[in-house]
Amino acid sequence: MPKKVLLEHENVPGINRFDVYRKHGGYASVEKALKTMTPDQLTEEVKESGLRGRGGAGFPTGLKWSFLDRKSDKPRYLVCNADESEPGTFKDRYLMEKIPHLLIEGMIASSYALGAKTSYIYVRGEYMYIVKILEKAIDEAYAAGFLGKNILGTDFSHDLYVQPGAGAYICGEETALLESLEGKRGNPRLKPPFPAIAGLYACPTVVNNVESIASVVSIINMTADKYNDMGIGKSTGTKLISASGHINKPGVYEIELGLPVEEFIYSDEYCGGIWKGRKLKAVVAGGSSVPILPANLILKNAKGEPRLMTYESLADGGFATGTMLGSGGFIVMDETACIVRNLWTFERFYHHESCGQCSPCREGTGWMEKVLHRLEHGHGRMEDIDLLVDVAKKIEGNTICPLGDAAAWPVASAIRHFREEFEYHVKYPEKVKNPKHFEIEPLVSAAAVAV
Amino acid sequence: MAKVTIDGVEVEVPDGTTILNAARQIGGDVVPPAMCYYTSLKETGGKCRVCLVKVTQGSTKDPRPLPKLVASCRTPVMDGMIVQNITSPEVLEARKGVVEFLLINHPLDCPICDQAGECDLQNLAYEHGAAATRYEEERRTFEKIDIGDKIKLHMTRCILCYRCTFVADQLTDNRCHGVLNRGDASEISTYIEKAVDNDFSGNMIDVCPVGALTDKTFRFKSRVWFTKPIDAHRNCTKCSGNVVLWTKGEEVLRVSARKDQYGEVKEFICNECRYDHKNMGDWVVEGPRHIDRNSVISQNHYEKIDLKKLQLEVDRQLTFQKGKQLPQSNSPS
Repeated sequence: MPKKVLLEHENVPGINRFDVYRKHGGYASVEKALKTMTPDQLTEEVKESGLRGRGGAGFPTGLKWSFLDRKSDKPRYLVCNADESEPGTFKDRYLMEKIPHLLIEGMIASSYALGAKTSYIYVRGEYMYIVKILEKAIDEAYAAGFLGKNILGTDFSHDLYVQPGAGAYICGEETALLESLEGKRGNPRLKPPFPAIAGLYACPTVVNNVESIASVVSIINMTADKYNDMGIGKSTGTKLISASGHINKPGVYEIELGLPVEEFIYSDEYCGGIWKGRKLKAVVAGGSSVPILPANLILKNAKGEPRLMTYESLADGGFATGTMLGSGGFIVMDETACIVRNLWTFERFYHHESCGQCSPCREGTGWMEKVLHRLEHGHGRMEDIDLLVDVAKKIEGNTICPLGDAAAWPVASAIRHFREEFEYHVKYPEKVKNPKHFEIEPLVSAAAVAV
Repeated sequence: MAKVTIDGVEVEVPDGTTILNAARQIGGDVVPPAMCYYTSLKETGGKCRVCLVKVTQGSTKDPRPLPKLVASCRTPVMDGMIVQNITSPEVLEARKGVVEFLLINHPLDCPICDQAGECDLQNLAYEHGAAATRYEEERRTFEKIDIGDKIKLHMTRCILCYRCTFVADQLTDNRCHGVLNRGDASEISTYIEKAVDNDFSGNMIDVCPVGALTDKTFRFKSRVWFTKPIDAHRNCTKCSGNVVLWTKGEEVLRVSARKDQYGEVKEFICNECRYDHKNMGDWVVEGPRHIDRNSVISQNHYEKIDLKKLQLEVDRQLTFQKGKQLPQSNSPS
């Protein structure tokens, strides 16, 4: 049985209630932190644990905390990024829905480490029912004295608020999130200044993902050394993976980082193999933004070593033959999946969600979507494929926020690995007019020999 | 003070200066173009991405290059920074890309656009754009609307530089227009049933880099290059009163603020000066204005023309048209 840290008590009935959660060791980390540790010790502990941001970029959480401007006399804020909108990612929703107190516990402990008197949980607008779950949990925490003035008799006071967004993907970008939280249009800010210096209301702010904050609880409870033991190298601890697509058992799985990708896909404990006895064609390993990889490259890297579920191993080979762990949205495609159609769907999403602030992303995402629409519907030309590559190249890295990159990477990687499929669409337009054309006639390119 | 090298030219500027402004101190070809940045409006810039430059050395202390191209209008210089603008093929390629992006949804209706001849996008496209488009889908269009009684908004032409919202934020006491919607559907518009009628709202027209916001009192009156810009001033209680009159004969067709060589206004003017004083008699004329940035206007160098010589030439032409014999002096010899 794999070790579960975050979802240890997921199946305990009534775990979303304070009394049940407390009985199962809940809020022990707050007691431990407030009574036996100083904020600096706690920050050091998180740094030592090697915890890396679980939202997608994988930036070390402890390092992010240490950048916080503690000298300024302005108030400091902690903001939890629960605007989980990456297609293919649904781990935070599961965590908040099942064990809301875990997040609240983590928020209190993390705020103590950062010296934040107020913190916010910014939940995406579509998760309105989760706002209610969290608010109920917060009320219970206030009633039990874990929030409010002088928590547990110490002089640490803390207030926690939940703020629903209005349903924009871009508000998951940390500076856009802060703008939205301030009540403005959710446009990403130009960096520098970074939020650690001037974030929410121009005060020092740390923005962390739900899972990162929930992991702080385990780090305090089991100490950084023990947490460090889990995982491999610089990828420590456990990670929630949202597995979806053509697999037998889609769902949220907690894995210890370092699990081989092959085991994750085929073992009965996790995804349970490809559905309907089909073959694996491609995997998007970390949410729609990361490069797509064909079956042979996701199971083994270019050197032939088995790929592991870690930040480093998945990124091995750069963007030529690698991808990213991202936010853990693991989308599996079987041999009948149409890469072009899938890519068109992704680009439609990015086109719809671009904030429109900077020109490459505003115009480029729409352009790519239109060209892909043309290809998918049998009106494409050979030069359209190169046009897509060129447009993606001109967006990538030239935008204010990473949304431009997120829109460009899937296009570049899909064409890099599955070019013959795009050419197939151009050569046989009559065959691709049916939306399910690949179900009827599977196309597995020679490069992506399925396992 | 910080020493920074841009395209091999070294310049010393005060700390906190942006790369763009450092380049402007050097002047000439090394100055990156800018569509959304505006010196006299705070917090503008960073959006259009045409001013992207490559930083090959971050500073003397930390000589690592910056990983991405940076927006020069919002990136402050560091001591010892080395910047590449026109010497970097990567920058030129990216800029070409941005110009293409800006143009794919632009109607390119220059022949009927009032901004033609003094349009930043026109200049930019002429300098950095490709000869033909690769975009063949339908372009996005919007209805023309009136925002306020003096300003026409032609959203189809807008490149979303956000300058006009900064004008409303920083020059007028309340902003009643802004950006609606998202992505390539975003549009500048007013709140429902509201009109932009603040005393300084007319400056939105001057800061607009394209023909999206135009002066309704000047629309379709004349192409700008047929008008003669004249520096003039009057005593105004609200603003400096320093303006440019765009005249045709004795008629004042348009009044605008004075723009510098980068197309930026330093002294904003009030709506009274802009709209209500279209009489030569209201103004003290200082002399012809040279328009640096938009060569098409100063093409004929009218400010250097000898008026007496011109009068003689006109008389000669008129005589010729009446079918009379040309004076001796003009016969070919």
